[in-house]
Amino acid sequence: MNGSETIFVRKTLAPARKAPVITTGLVGFLRMRLFNSPLNIALTFASVALAWLILEPTIRFLLIDAVWTGSDRTACLADKAGHPVGACWPFIQAKFTQLIYGFYPEDQRWRANLTFALAALLLAPLLVPKIPGKTLNAALFFLAFPFLAFFLLRGGGLDGFVFYWLAELFGMAWKPSLLRFWLDFSLTTTIVTAAVILLWGGWPNGRRAGLSSALTFAGIAIVIVALRLDQGGLPVVDTRLWGGLLVTLVVSITGIVASMPVGIALALGRTSRIPLLRIFCVAFIEFWRGVPLITVLFFATYMLPLFLPGDFTIDALVRVLVGIALFAGAYNAEVIRGGLLAIPRGQREAANALGLSYWKTTGLIVLPQALRHVIPALVNSFIALFKDTTLVLIVSLFDLLGQLRAAFADPTWATPTTLFTGFAFTGIIYWVGCFAMSRYSLFVERRLNAHRQT
Amino acid sequence: MATAPRRPPFRPLAHLARALSGGTGWKGIAGQLAFAGLLAWLAFDIVTNAQDNLRAQHIASGFGFLSGTAGFSVNQALIRYSEADTYLRVFEVGLLNTLLVSIIGIVFATLIGFAVALGRLSPNWLLARLSGGYVEIIRNLPLLFQLLFWYLAVLAALPNPRQSLSIFGVAFLNNRGFVVPHVVPEQGAGVFAVAILAAIAASLLMTVYARRRLYRFGDRLRVWPFALALLVGLPLLSIALFGAPASFDLPVLRGFNFAGGTRVTPEFVALTIALSTYTASFIAEIVRGGLLAVPKGQMEAGASLGLSRPAILRLVIIPQAMRLILPPLTNQYLNLTKNSSLAVAIGYPDLFSVFAGTTLSQTGQAVEIIAMTMAVYLAISLITSALMNLYGWYIDRSQRA
Amino acid sequence: MKYGWFGIVMTSVFLGSLAPANAQATLKAVQERGVLSCGVSQGLPGFSAPDDTGKWSGLDVDFCRALAAVVLNDPLKVKFVPLSAKDRFTALQSGEIDVLSRNTTWSLSRDTSLGLNFTAVMYYDGQGFLVRKALKVNSALELNGASVCVQTGTTNEQNLADYFRANNMKYEVVAFSTADETIKAYESGRCDVFTSDVSQLYAERLKLTVPDDHVVLPEIISKEPLGPVVRHGDDQWFDIVKWTLFAMINAEELNVTQKNVGEMTKSNKPEIARLLGTDGNLGEQLGLTKDWVVRIVKAVGNYGESFDRNVGAGSKLRISRGLNKLWNQGGIQYAPPIR
Repeated sequence: MNGSETIFVRKTLAPARKAPVITTGLVGFLRMRLFNSPLNIALTFASVALAWLILEPTIRFLLIDAVWTGSDRTACLADKAGHPVGACWPFIQAKFTQLIYGFYPEDQRWRANLTFALAALLLAPLLVPKIPGKTLNAALFFLAFPFLAFFLLRGGGLDGFVFYWLAELFGMAWKPSLLRFWLDFSLTTTIVTAAVILLWGGWPNGRRAGLSSALTFAGIAIVIVALRLDQGGLPVVDTRLWGGLLVTLVVSITGIVASMPVGIALALGRTSRIPLLRIFCVAFIEFWRGVPLITVLFFATYMLPLFLPGDFTIDALVRVLVGIALFAGAYNAEVIRGGLLAIPRGQREAANALGLSYWKTTGLIVLPQALRHVIPALVNSFIALFKDTTLVLIVSLFDLLGQLRAAFADPTWATPTTLFTGFAFTGIIYWVGCFAMSRYSLFVERRLNAHRQT
Repeated sequence: MATAPRRPPFRPLAHLARALSGGTGWKGIAGQLAFAGLLAWLAFDIVTNAQDNLRAQHIASGFGFLSGTAGFSVNQALIRYSEADTYLRVFEVGLLNTLLVSIIGIVFATLIGFAVALGRLSPNWLLARLSGGYVEIIRNLPLLFQLLFWYLAVLAALPNPRQSLSIFGVAFLNNRGFVVPHVVPEQGAGVFAVAILAAIAASLLMTVYARRRLYRFGDRLRVWPFALALLVGLPLLSIALFGAPASFDLPVLRGFNFAGGTRVTPEFVALTIALSTYTASFIAEIVRGGLLAVPKGQMEAGASLGLSRPAILRLVIIPQAMRLILPPLTNQYLNLTKNSSLAVAIGYPDLFSVFAGTTLSQTGQAVEIIAMTMAVYLAISLITSALMNLYGWYIDRSQRA
Repeated sequence: MKYGWFGIVMTSVFLGSLAPANAQATLKAVQERGVLSCGVSQGLPGFSAPDDTGKWSGLDVDFCRALAAVVLNDPLKVKFVPLSAKDRFTALQSGEIDVLSRNTTWSLSRDTSLGLNFTAVMYYDGQGFLVRKALKVNSALELNGASVCVQTGTTNEQNLADYFRANNMKYEVVAFSTADETIKAYESGRCDVFTSDVSQLYAERLKLTVPDDHVVLPEIISKEPLGPVVRHGDDQWFDIVKWTLFAMINAEELNVTQKNVGEMTKSNKPEIARLLGTDGNLGEQLGLTKDWVVRIVKAVGNYGESFDRNVGAGSKLRISRGLNKLWNQGGIQYAPPIR
């Protein structure tokens, strides 16, 4: 056993080996993700070719070859401009107000702008999770804002308040006057506030509810005075003059606002134990979900007037809004039902143990949790509704796409690139809107699931 | 001393009352009666209003209009149709057109969707990003927008018939459509078809036999040379013995359009492209979600068994993923069928366009026509939902066991 | 509870948008409302089209203004409601509009089964074909195998089918729901021929990039008498609308123009005196004022002036009067006497 034969100690340095293959940094990235096998190399080259084929003509069309100024089609014709012409941006400039407002009278456009600004002002804090006061914010946006927007956009005033409307319904309306209007209003305020206090458990339990009711009516009074609704209000702008992005936003926001109560009611009905209610809600939901939206719009436009007594006419826009509210409500009902089913049964049992009734449980415990869970799905539903507003073009309402199609018919701008330019512009608007909403939905989902372990 | 528990007394009325009220007692029954009364009053109100209004506007009622003469022609009909046919015939033509565009759209959407999903999951970074870009862009644009884009911008940019793009001189592409030679069956067609069917049947039988041999004796029989020989040889034999199965009716430019050949209208092409690409973007997300939901351990287990990556995908991952993919996939197929009603925007004669469009404006009978159209779409939806529920029950049953 | 209030608010808003409309006494309703609701097309140059500021002009528009002048003494108190071919009749039936002045063809089925009354013929028209000059087609009988663009919901589709079938010609129909889409498809080359009423052909031709590259073929394949339409059941309103049109034609016959109507009121000729109300109370028999024709002519001129200004020699369409000349000048416009 001689140690010197089994132990080996180097006397000189070993030759340096080659460095290991770089797997980080740009070179590493290229090697691992793009060029690591023959198939991958082929795919990479094919992808680069495809990307170049798509991006180069697009950028050339939109920016490099585009015409930026001009007053009619001659500016965008290739022989006049001297080089192959890309996008004809003067066309968009000329049609811009039409695409955004439709034929809304120019001197009244401030009303549309004010409505957009108010919507943005109320919606932005609602979307940021950190900002407090969500209940007030939601109440303002979902309840107060539609009322305000209606009178801002359409104009017109109020002849009377609730009692006047009830009297009109039964054909016993009185002649409207300023004094009678405010009398009606004060009477309604006192009766409703008293009823609210009573329903919330009398005095002093119902104090807070009564205060909110009184404040709501005070707010309504302020709005009425500000817009002079008791004295005829703003000049009426017929809905036939509305068009473009205005109609798109009105239809989609009204759709989502109106479909929430419908959806919640249907979802609660579908999960109720009462057989008749459940069967009715199931049939209702399946019916509206099983037909295409176009048939719903046709149904609303052509059949709804038949179902009302002969001397009532409904605005074309209101018919479409009713159809969309029912359709979106049925889809939202399924989404909300998913949320309701996800709440553990123990919540209901705990509430029962505390002695809360069905309505108190639903309103205070189940619904808040369920709605918070399904916000991502509701945002997806809103994205779908936003895209579906383009269908109103088929019932002759001019939304953004409809106004674009009408703009294509103008002979003063007919060039080979007008169509592509128009589609590019509206495409960017739609894409930015939908993409932003889908990113927001992902953000909310991630936030909601942050506390859950996968 | 404990006795066996008695059976509960049989009280049918109490059970019935509990079922009807859903456990909420007499309040529930009273509420339901009130609700039923409200519904009945509403229905009665609506029906009487409708009848009054229809009578006041002198619009006919009933389905007698279905036997009236249509008087207009449609530019694509899978069955024989002329202007002298009835409105019922128009309904059938429209229904067939809807089914045609839906089925072809579904096929293409599935192919494109699966391809994009696999691209998105590919380890190649560029391909994954490109596929992701496709999905994000297409998903966030309205379908009607895309349809109008394809129809108004792309297809209208094709040349007119006199300057068509010609493909090998037998097929032509222009802004009136895509004209291909029409296949005319000759006397050898029947035998040819029988030969192909026989070849396919024989190949399938051979696959079954080969699998049985594999399980029993362990030797692998290579089926594909025999299948290829059959699929090529049998039809050739039938041609040699019985003559050519078909002759071609070549399209020729005559006057305004091409005579002879079959023409696929640009409306059909635009609708198919728009529907397929749009639905494919949703299908890609569904497939990707399904494939990602299979636990990673399955892939590792397959690798540890020595299977190659394609074999793992084929034998382990995809069957499990399919269970998660199939219900939302069917939902997308349904959406595609319902979205095909957008054909009315570009003048493709599908069910909605010819029936609820032209026929409605000619006869004025909105109630019957819209009810029939809604009933067709509702039937398609309900049948598909029922089949899906059946499938779900089948899967759950096997899972539980 | 929140949603209870929401329901109340939205229901009241919804109810507020409903407006009761009277089917019977249209004259009274219009005068009470203070504005005439007139159904027109969605933009047909020469007949009813808005300019960039939203001001409407055209033959049908002039008629509505004349009607507003007699009923409300102000030709500007008109609300124009643009309607597609599909919902023009439902709008009239439901009371949304008081009169439909939208180049609508008078036919038996429309007169009876829709609950509407055609008053008189404003424009004698017919259906024709528009083709490109470059195709070198001189007659509609050379159109075998062509692709034809047509608008759905109109009689044009059925007339087209009948004509081609009667002449044993094949064709491919390409149908769209609005006139704008149809003309755009024709221009892009999707079809060789565009078919519609000849007046519409001339009007839509103006929407093409180079109108002179297209020619209207000489064949007229149908009778399309166009005129204003009202609802069944209101005879007084029917008479007013009908006689407004007849007054315009009679005014042209008697050479009463927008310029000379002032001096013509002093004329001694018995027919002119009866027409302009200086003799007799014919206006009041209709439920209008004595000077009803003076109002019409002051507002829009007589039939010939309105025709020339909108579709004739003084307009961009330059359609010749043809059948629409007066009966004593070779055409068939013949109005019953005002006496």
